[in-house]
Amino acid sequence: MTEPSTTQPTVQDIITALKDKPGALLPILHGIQDAMGYIPPDSVPVIARALNLSRAEVHGVISFYHYFRETPPGKHTLHLCRAESCQAMGASELEAHVKAKLDIDFHETTADGQFSLEPVYCLGNCACSPAMQIGHDIYGRVSPDTFDGIINELEQSA
Amino acid sequence: MSITVYVPCDSGAISLGADRVAAAISQQAMQRGLDIELVRNGSRGMYWLEPLVEVATDNGRIAFGPVQINDVAGLFDADFLSGGDHTLSLGLTEELDYFKKQQRLTFARVGITDPISLDGYLAHEGYRGLHNALTMAQADIVKAVTDSGLRGRGGAAFPTGIKWNTVLNTPSEQKYIICNADEGDSGTFSDRMVMEGDPFVLIEGMTIAGLAVGATQGYIYLRIEYPHAHKALTAAIETAYQTGYLGDDIQGSGKTFHLEVRLGAGAYVCGEETSLMESLEGKRGLVRFKPPLPAIKGLFGQPTVVNNVISLASVPIILDKGGEYYRDFGMGRSRGTLPLQLAGNLKHTGLVEIAFGLTLRELLYGFGGGSASGRPIKAVQVGGPLGAYLPESQFDTPLDYEAFAAIWTVLGHGGVVAFDDTVDMAAMAKYSMEFCAIESCGKCTPCRIGSTRGYELMDEIMQGRELDKNISLLRSLCDTLLNGSLCALGGMTPYPVLSALNHFPEDFGINEKANIA
Ligand SMILES: Cc1cc2nc3c(=O)[nH]c(=O)nc-3n(C[C@H](O)[C@H](O)[C@H](O)COP(=O)(O)O)c2cc1C
Ligand code: SF4
Ligand code: FES
Repeated sequence: MTEPSTTQPTVQDIITALKDKPGALLPILHGIQDAMGYIPPDSVPVIARALNLSRAEVHGVISFYHYFRETPPGKHTLHLCRAESCQAMGASELEAHVKAKLDIDFHETTADGQFSLEPVYCLGNCACSPAMQIGHDIYGRVSPDTFDGIINELEQSA
Repeated sequence: MSITVYVPCDSGAISLGADRVAAAISQQAMQRGLDIELVRNGSRGMYWLEPLVEVATDNGRIAFGPVQINDVAGLFDADFLSGGDHTLSLGLTEELDYFKKQQRLTFARVGITDPISLDGYLAHEGYRGLHNALTMAQADIVKAVTDSGLRGRGGAAFPTGIKWNTVLNTPSEQKYIICNADEGDSGTFSDRMVMEGDPFVLIEGMTIAGLAVGATQGYIYLRIEYPHAHKALTAAIETAYQTGYLGDDIQGSGKTFHLEVRLGAGAYVCGEETSLMESLEGKRGLVRFKPPLPAIKGLFGQPTVVNNVISLASVPIILDKGGEYYRDFGMGRSRGTLPLQLAGNLKHTGLVEIAFGLTLRELLYGFGGGSASGRPIKAVQVGGPLGAYLPESQFDTPLDYEAFAAIWTVLGHGGVVAFDDTVDMAAMAKYSMEFCAIESCGKCTPCRIGSTRGYELMDEIMQGRELDKNISLLRSLCDTLLNGSLCALGGMTPYPVLSALNHFPEDFGINEKANIA
């Protein structure tokens, strides 16, 4: 038995709304991650039961996709582009700066819970490289200086 | 009468401050008691000028750019609303060389209209292709596409008409149209620009595809990295349903087509069509064996058309103006236009839609203006992360599928990423192996294990260890990948790796080109 948890009602609502779509698993996982920021482990058996899948199957899907996460993210999730166009415009230097400034590596969250850092392989903003995304907000031609400005602004608005 | 001012809502323009500029323009206009109508258009694709603000005048639209928030008051002071002179004034947008030299067919409306305005779409020749298609026999619609010579713009350049014909001739109760909007290739953004800048053209193209092959359900598989495109598509689809352009009785014809957006989840391999279908079915994105072809047994086991965004968005103009019209552009067996994307270290990055046949050099220097850094361009990667790196000696290759294949590379989705002479090509080769390792679906051993081994080998090579032995190991590993992979992720990772090695051996610590296989 899974422990009862406060996350269950939301998860249940999302599953109920989406489970009859053809190929419902990804829409459900997106729905849950949109609502909670991640896929809580205790939602896996609930999803599995609703879709008539094994837990291992649901878990296998979650772990296949880079975007889905099973731990809570920081307040802001930062996707930094590592792909070729951005590299041609200084993404590696920017990456080093970002990691030093936030004092974390990729797939980590800052100690104060403000920022999670994830790599991304192209944001389609290659004409304005280097690029990054914070939540849904997109930034282009990011330099170490402009990065610091953006981060400071976000911290102040907290 | 109010004056129309355009500020793009394209995410690239937004990434450079377009939202804030738009807000500042509204605010200044209000403060000054000026009556303006602010339209959020798509991007014209001249990203070095973004945010590019335009003002409608009797002579045409006048451009100002790149506009930052601090420039806004000055623009009003200079009376830019009447086309007043300002240091950021660029003259008539459509007279700008970069724009004027293009042949915009698929991108005819992008940057011009308000993307989610159906009225704007209709006023600019939108839905004429669908109206023709509604009066045509299915086989004639397919024939028009075949006659146009259109080949898939997603990478493999397979003739679109032939694919449609297979689906048309495969009987089934249920067929599907899938738009591949995964646009995972680095250096590419034309799909994004269409979806953000003219979503109706994609909806129209998919609807025509549905009519042609007898499919009543469409899915747009959109990458999660594109929230702005998601918003635009969702709004346009809703409008299309409300106005009878989607649904059970399209424009009173009794024909049905339904359309839904589904989001990916950050897996590059899900751009491969069979992996994409697995993902749509709610599974891990493992690549399927072919045959069966998706056209015969695709999504949920049913006949399915899978086409790239640009392929589908090129269909409306073909049905509007005829296959011949489209076919008259281009060279050899590459017909029509290709929306190229200039990225990386170039002065004038952006979108260039032009007939096949231009040389890479003309593109890089004539349009791109050379490197952004002012240093020599050392290498160019065309066609995404699985495309080869071309040295200067190959810049005279014409942009044509066959000409590119002849020099062992691909045009792919038309992304062009330039690097100046500070790039270390061994580091790029190492990155290609790393990327393959991160994104491998894991189904075949060469790709799953070989990519990690390749990454380690590149590490050794970059440290100068046992170069002879390690470079020959790298070559034989590439051979295994080329020949032993189920899909192009493993099968083409050797393109960037070996081209880097062959054209730039000095970056690998060897100084003769004698090693070329
Ligand atoms: C690893 C891999 C990734 C791919 N990614 C994409 C993609 O992001 N978008 C796309 O349209 N095609 C992509 N393709 C090509 C598709 O498999 C397929 O050929 C294409 O969607 C067919 O549409 P088209 O004929 O209109 O080009 C990819 C192929 C491979 C092997
Ligand atoms: S080559 Fe790689 S990505 Fe393609 S099917 Fe094989 S393991 Fe999967
Ligand atoms: S390569 Fe970084 S946004 Fe495309």
